[in-house]
Parts: sequence; structure tokens; C-alpha cells
Amino acid sequence: MTKSQKKLWIGLFVLAILSPLGVILPEKFKTGGAWGEWGPEELEKLIGYVPEGLKKLSGLWKAPVPDYNFGGEAASMAVKVISYVASGILGILAVAGAIYVISKLIAKK
Amino acid sequence: MAAAFSFLIMMFNVPIPGGTTGHAVGAGIIAILLGPWTAVIAVSVSLLVQAIVFGDGGITALGANCFNMAVVMPFVSYWVFKLIRGATGGGARLLIAAFLSGYVGLSVAAIITGLEFGIQPLIAIGADGRPLYAPYPLSVAVPAMALQHMLLFGVVEGVITVLLFKYFVKHEPDLVYVLTASKGGLK
Repeated sequence: MTKSQKKLWIGLFVLAILSPLGVILPEKFKTGGAWGEWGPEELEKLIGYVPEGLKKLSGLWKAPVPDYNFGGEAASMAVKVISYVASGILGILAVAGAIYVISKLIAKK
Repeated sequence: MAAAFSFLIMMFNVPIPGGTTGHAVGAGIIAILLGPWTAVIAVSVSLLVQAIVFGDGGITALGANCFNMAVVMPFVSYWVFKLIRGATGGGARLLIAAFLSGYVGLSVAAIITGLEFGIQPLIAIGADGRPLYAPYPLSVAVPAMALQHMLLFGVVEGVITVLLFKYFVKHEPDLVYVLTASKGGLK
């Protein structure tokens, strides 16, 4: 690994460590989630009902780590923050793995 | 070469889940650094991991998300960069091109996403006349997505694009696609 590659990797892990800012800031300003990125419960609060199609499809897939949170919905802020960093690192590894497989497939051709 | 391009791509997976009630995507800077086609793969992989492992974006929205953020955005960003840079391009003009590339790329992607939200109540209606998925009409969805991205997230995306672009031009100019692609005459 060259020196500049090493630097970029370090930058990535710094970003992973900083990523809880993405949970802390919205909580602090009580801004809620991103527009359009609602779950069934949030939509029910907004418009009074859960759209039929959404109700059906939202149970299609159970993510192993929903919302980048290992502690469940009732998790404390500290657990959320730790989860977020762990998710960031897990995400880096998962993406690295996927790209490695793709690059092998492409390079073979 | 494969290794070189894979490690660069990882940079952008973390900024995506971050952000305050919205997020930068990083597709613009990837398109500038690695070329728009590589950006398509890089951002798609990132979105795939988010959907499968973290339930973010979601499996059923993956196609739309990839189209907006991994196809529309890198190409728009790339074209904007080339357009602003012009034929000679150097110094400040390059930086302006980089900023606008991120800014316009994200804004266009957001507006298209707003359009997709907005047509939902028109094309997907249940037997009782209520929308099956997203409930808000075009007149709400497009301005909502456009305004917040143009006023805030687009600026963030633009600044990130400029900073990373500056870093790479200074330290790794040989890796920057938009600089080498025009010089070498290779696509």
C-alpha cells in the first residue's frame, strides 16, 4: 500500500468515527428524518393512515442492522452512537468486499 | 488497477448515511476522480449494502435510488464539470467547476427523486382511492426535494466535492480522471 493510499484509508475511518454527528445533530434540533424516507409508523403520523402497498412491501426484508442501530428502537443515545460507528466500519468492510468481488469478475474478462 | 479503484470508492460510503435530515451522496466527486461509469458501480454498491445490511433506502426502492444517485447524478456532475471547465480550464475555474458539479448533480438528482415521489399518487392508487405508496402529489414532492437540496445539501455536496478535488489534484493528479482523460486522449 502506498503512503497516499494509507492516508485515504485513515480518512475513511475518521469519517466513520465522525458519522454519529448524523444522528446527534438531527436529534438536537428535532428535525426528524429526511423528506420521503419515512417508515410506515412515521407516515401514519403524517397523513393518518399507512398506505396499503407500503404496508405490504415494508415487511419484505428484515435488515440485520436496521437504521444502523444494534440496540433496537429503545436504544439510548450512547448505544446509537456506538452502533453508528460500528455500522460505518461494517459498511466500509462490506463495500470493500463487494467491490473486490466485482473487480475480480471484471478483471477476468 | 482494480485495487486502486476499489480503495478510492470506499471513501464515499460513510458520508452517505451521515448528514442532517438529508445527505450528500459523493457521486459527483467520484465521477470527476474516477469517471462517470466507475461512479455508477461505486455508488450502486454503496446503496446495495445500505439496503441489504442496514435497511436504509430499502430493497424495493433500490432501483429508483440507483437510478437517481448512481446514474443521473454522476453523469450530470461529470457533464457540468466538463462544461464549466471549458477548453482551457485551470485554477479557480476548475474549482468552480468542481463545486457546481456536486451542487447541480445533487440538485438534479433530488428533483428527479421528487418527480418520482410526486407521480406515486397518480400511478399507484388502491381500491379505496388512497395512494398505495407515497401520498404527496407533484406540487408538494418536487418543491420539497428541490428546495432543501438546492439551499442546503447541494452546498454541502459542492463544498465536499471541491475539497476532495483540491486534495487529489495536489497530491494524486495522475489518478484524477478528468485531468488524465483529456490529456491522454483516451476515454
